[in-house]
Amino acid sequence: MTDPLRLTGISKRFGSVVALQRVDFRVAPGEIHALLGENGAGKSTLMKVAFGLTRPEAGTITLAGVEYPFVTPVIARRHGVGMVHQHFTAIPALSVLENVTLAAGWRPGRSAWLRLRDTMSEAGITLDPDTRAGDLSAGQKQRLEVLQALAGKTSVLLLDEPSSVLSPPDAEALLDLVRRSRDRGVAAVLITHKLGEALEYGDSITVLRRGAVAFTGPADQVTRHVLIQHMLGDAPPAPVTPPRCNPGAVRLEVANLSVDPLGGTGTGLRQATLQLRAGELVGVAALEGNGHRELLRCLAGLVPSSGGSLQRSGVVSFIPEDRTTEGLIGEFSLTRNVALIRGTPAPWLAGPWIDWSQASQHTASLLARHAISALGPDALAGSLSGGNQQRLLIAEALARDPAILIAENPTRGLDVQAATLVSQRLGEAAAAGVAVLVFHPDLDELLSIATRILVLAGGRLHEAKVGATRDEIGRLMLGEPDAA
Amino acid sequence: MRPERWRALTALGLALTAGLVALAVSLTLTGYDAASALSALWLGGFGTSEGLLSATLPRAVPLILIGLGLGVAFRGGALNIGAEGQFYAGAGVATWIGLSLGGWPRPVAVALVLLGGAGAGLLYGLVPVWLRLRFGVLEVISTLLLNFVAEGVISYLVQGPLMEPRHIYPQSALLPLAARLPLWTGTRLHLGMALALTLAVGIWVFERRTRPGFMLYAAGVNPSAAWIMGRIDTRKVFALALLASAGLAGLAGGAEISGSTYALFQNLSPGYGFTGIAVALLARLHPLGIVASGLLFAGLEAGAGAMQRDAGVPAVIVSVVEAAIILTVLLGDAASRRRLSPATGI
Repeated sequence: MTDPLRLTGISKRFGSVVALQRVDFRVAPGEIHALLGENGAGKSTLMKVAFGLTRPEAGTITLAGVEYPFVTPVIARRHGVGMVHQHFTAIPALSVLENVTLAAGWRPGRSAWLRLRDTMSEAGITLDPDTRAGDLSAGQKQRLEVLQALAGKTSVLLLDEPSSVLSPPDAEALLDLVRRSRDRGVAAVLITHKLGEALEYGDSITVLRRGAVAFTGPADQVTRHVLIQHMLGDAPPAPVTPPRCNPGAVRLEVANLSVDPLGGTGTGLRQATLQLRAGELVGVAALEGNGHRELLRCLAGLVPSSGGSLQRSGVVSFIPEDRTTEGLIGEFSLTRNVALIRGTPAPWLAGPWIDWSQASQHTASLLARHAISALGPDALAGSLSGGNQQRLLIAEALARDPAILIAENPTRGLDVQAATLVSQRLGEAAAAGVAVLVFHPDLDELLSIATRILVLAGGRLHEAKVGATRDEIGRLMLGEPDAA
Repeated sequence: MRPERWRALTALGLALTAGLVALAVSLTLTGYDAASALSALWLGGFGTSEGLLSATLPRAVPLILIGLGLGVAFRGGALNIGAEGQFYAGAGVATWIGLSLGGWPRPVAVALVLLGGAGAGLLYGLVPVWLRLRFGVLEVISTLLLNFVAEGVISYLVQGPLMEPRHIYPQSALLPLAARLPLWTGTRLHLGMALALTLAVGIWVFERRTRPGFMLYAAGVNPSAAWIMGRIDTRKVFALALLASAGLAGLAGGAEISGSTYALFQNLSPGYGFTGIAVALLARLHPLGIVASGLLFAGLEAGAGAMQRDAGVPAVIVSVVEAAIILTVLLGDAASRRRLSPATGI
């Protein structure tokens, strides 16, 4: 049997940046091939080449035995390549049936309905064909995406970081689905930067580092440690030790706080009561749609509450989850972004005038102090890597001398090294007397940095008891009160 | 000078060349003598002191004032397409005020006329702001439609309440001397130019150096980051930006009445409100650049008149140049954006 997808000697550059360098990659029929690497290692670019979303400068793409210098999505689809993108591509106003029909290029009508039914039963996905895609939950939407990619005669499925936008149970369900497809002979490429995921679900693993293949081989013959070495190129960073905590003065006090659901979905926040003290690093554990967004954004003063009381003292700094659309203005220089975040009067931002040369000096010193690699304070924020963007955000959020720091999933999309640095900075801030509240979807990461953990389930806030295990907290997150 | 600025200026030079080449080609193709037409265009727009001081510069005043306002609006994310209507609102109210100020001291009367024009434009701009913030009606649509309303009202005024005393011509009476902007002796260049230049420098400083100016930029480029990181009330910025542009368009209307025509009539504006959009975009919203592009467009239109007179070429052919210039600049912009961020250029 021929390989459904084989890439040979693929090279691709963006301007002066080499994204891929003579990469060889093949997927065997009926295997899940995990494509692992840090951010910017070239994983997504490689799959975009395979699916025809970008053209390589050199190399060949072999789809089911047919060789191409480059492909288009139409050619890729014809050879049975399906892609599940990170963002949702279904059209919200169309029904499940209409979306799949459109994606598969079927003729609309009864035959399409029958084919959808067959595809669903084969894949083990149950969705109501007549529901509008816009009315589906996040997990259901992702299943619709998979359905779209599987419809027709799909022999290889490309999944671009499917777990990055899903809650853990949804992600698990999705990957199980991929596994079942694999058992029916559909190969899959799983792009991920999560080691655990690659080891658990991958039959083979390929590690990309700086656009080149650093490792490729069967998953059962490597260890976590070896993979990390291949990903990072040097010893893995030391694990974060939870900071010691000497809670100080109360910085934030909330009683019976309720917030309406943001964006009309989820449970919102229901009558939460909590206290935050100086020097604490409080972790919020919650599944998507259980009120963590509402809690954090209301405490940061971005969303109004619908009931209850809220008292804060001092400056509040907030770090939003999406640093490229909400945290930074990519088209602005670093100096201008720093000026935006600073907000409250700085020596160079007093009254109606801005002293840009002082702002620029301040930014330059931030860059130097926090080892942020950028061309200088005049570099555009959009030109920085994710890790450097986040370091700048946190550096300026702390330079404002806040009493409270609220961070929404601050390590999202960062590689291991960058994430560790960010966690360290949060710990240092708490140790310096800032009251820190952080949401993180990864429970292990949360447990390693937080001094105590709050759990949100169904919009209700519970405190996990001291020394609670991962399992106990996990049960709380699913709303089983007896676990506490 | 920074390299990107060089690139922008080079692009501009290319655009101008492209415009002139397009003009020469279309002249030749339609059977006109390109050389004599182009020389008439040059002499009428820039080449003679008569053309420059009495045709180009007076025309540039409303273009610059409107362009400056639209520059602010576009920066703040308000897509005001209604400068034409706001210009008429300003011109109408300025005429009405000016006609009733016969005996007043000149500086006071002129100031009242101009302020009245600006105020009227601003009030007219409140309509799309309210529609947007209260009902979510897109300002692109509301401002565009309000242009027709304003033109209709002016048409009624010059045939009714504001019609000249003899009731022969559909236009207002001439403004009393007290309400007229002073002229540079021997030319038609009026003091409105000084006002426009001062405002250009003022807006430039405002955008570069002040906090509100910075907030305008930030809210226009990325409203959600502006609110979340900078706590900037983007609705307020939107409203103020649109109102500022409407006020400046109204001021342009007042200055046109008080400095150029001294009377209100239908078709007072040869599309200043729309050409103003091109003026602002060609300058990439830069206030000082808007002065330059305003002069360029005014010169082209003044020269077009001369070309029609002296070489018998229809003046509308100049719109070929304008279109070619704008298209070339937009193309250059798109190309450089692609070059800067290749990752998005799938």
